[in-house]
Amino acid sequence: MTHPIRGRTAVVGIGSAGAGEAAGNSAIELLAQASLAAIADAGLKLTDIDGIFAATSTHAFPTLSVAEYLGIRPRFFDGTNVGGSSFEAHMLHAALALDAGLCDAALICYGSNQRTAGGRLVSMSEPQPFEAPYKPRHPITAYALAAARHMHQFGTKREQLADVAVAARAWANLNPDAFARGPLTREDVLKARMISDPLTTADCCLVTDGGAACVMVRADRAKDLRHAPAYLLGAAGAQWHRAISSMPDLTVTAASESGPRAFAMAGLTQKDVDLLMLYDAFTINTILFLEDLGFCPKGEGGRFVADGAIGPGGRLKVNTNGGGLSCVHPGMYGLFLILEAVTQIRGDAGARQITKRDIALVHGNGGTLSSQVTALLGSAATV
Amino acid sequence: MGTSEGPEARFRAFLAEGRFMIQRSASTGRHVFYPRVAVPGTGETDLEWVETPGTGTVYATTVTRTREGNYNVSIIELDEGVRMLSRVEGIAPEDVRIGQRVRARIAAENGAPLVVFDPA
Repeated sequence: MTHPIRGRTAVVGIGSAGAGEAAGNSAIELLAQASLAAIADAGLKLTDIDGIFAATSTHAFPTLSVAEYLGIRPRFFDGTNVGGSSFEAHMLHAALALDAGLCDAALICYGSNQRTAGGRLVSMSEPQPFEAPYKPRHPITAYALAAARHMHQFGTKREQLADVAVAARAWANLNPDAFARGPLTREDVLKARMISDPLTTADCCLVTDGGAACVMVRADRAKDLRHAPAYLLGAAGAQWHRAISSMPDLTVTAASESGPRAFAMAGLTQKDVDLLMLYDAFTINTILFLEDLGFCPKGEGGRFVADGAIGPGGRLKVNTNGGGLSCVHPGMYGLFLILEAVTQIRGDAGARQITKRDIALVHGNGGTLSSQVTALLGSAATV
Repeated sequence: MGTSEGPEARFRAFLAEGRFMIQRSASTGRHVFYPRVAVPGTGETDLEWVETPGTGTVYATTVTRTREGNYNVSIIELDEGVRMLSRVEGIAPEDVRIGQRVRARIAAENGAPLVVFDPA
């Protein structure tokens, strides 16, 4: 039976601003520029927006800041903050609000100037009282622990982690908007400076600036707007822990729960998916999510990604923008996953355009593998 | 009601006395760490304090590399089945191995007691 939310709403506008370096711009300025770009891309006006969905690393009350800055009095708002996965959650919440008629045009937005403002990850994340005395450098410490455990339990190799970074860079080299371009070999990754064993600088996402936004409306309105809609076919979140030391099993994320739930809502299976946009804050993420979302058996992710399998020309299309590893990662990357999925579904991805482009899986991750939100977007052919 | 010292403060007070105490549900026997007001997931509030021998194994480990030097960060699984973030001392940080047996020690850091582990 078709889920009542499936295909009822769509992403109709996307925008970004200052992705990479945007010296002299504040976070809210980048957020606002991206929002205006997304609204224009949809063919709508600022005055059409009556729903605001926002999370940032610098605003305690993000929907208040956005509403004030843009001069919107939203009928519906949601500032759910589950880190980088916030925006996939916002898509689900926006779909519910739109479908219920609580708003008619939903703006999901983000902005950060973390690169030029300080050059390091900005986070409002509070120290965990039972972890902080041991001076973990989260997030990397958490992901390094997960990678170490995966290597121990399944024989995953650093070379296989490196291949994730190499594949991401190969895609970035096809994307003129990617921040990190140029050759990158497995040896380059292995020889990069070790930060937290087994992860080197090249196993870590970029630290960039950037704003991103998208606009969602109900399906009946979507088909009359400027671009081919990307319909929301299913979405679901799952969260099992906050601190990495409370994660039940460091090799199994809550994506193993959010994924099946999202697939069930969409009435789809893994073989239907043309594009995977997986939140690759670190190389281990891509491996964990391929496993937990059912694209390879648990423990096989390292072998699955080896030797270019997820790069251009590989067996699975993964992170075609270059990912958080090589394209853009302004603190929270989740909205950029949505932007690339919509770009591919529209057929606007240029040299990196994939051929079969009807169904994209977007998977957001937040915290220290803490929050997992999976969404499936589809072309008009899927509704 | 509700005004007596909470479990987090109680844990730290025990530690200051040189005792590494964790919680156990009287009815289910299940151990809990970090200290809470109820068993997570099932909600039993019959938590009592038990002294742990502090023996366990390294569940996951990493070396944090900084300009000021390298140090170990590990998740330790106590033999009671609960896990905690800590570090293994007494050997080079990169020599800590997953599965390695360790034993807790109460160290002092910045004037506060802190549970760390040594190879057992």
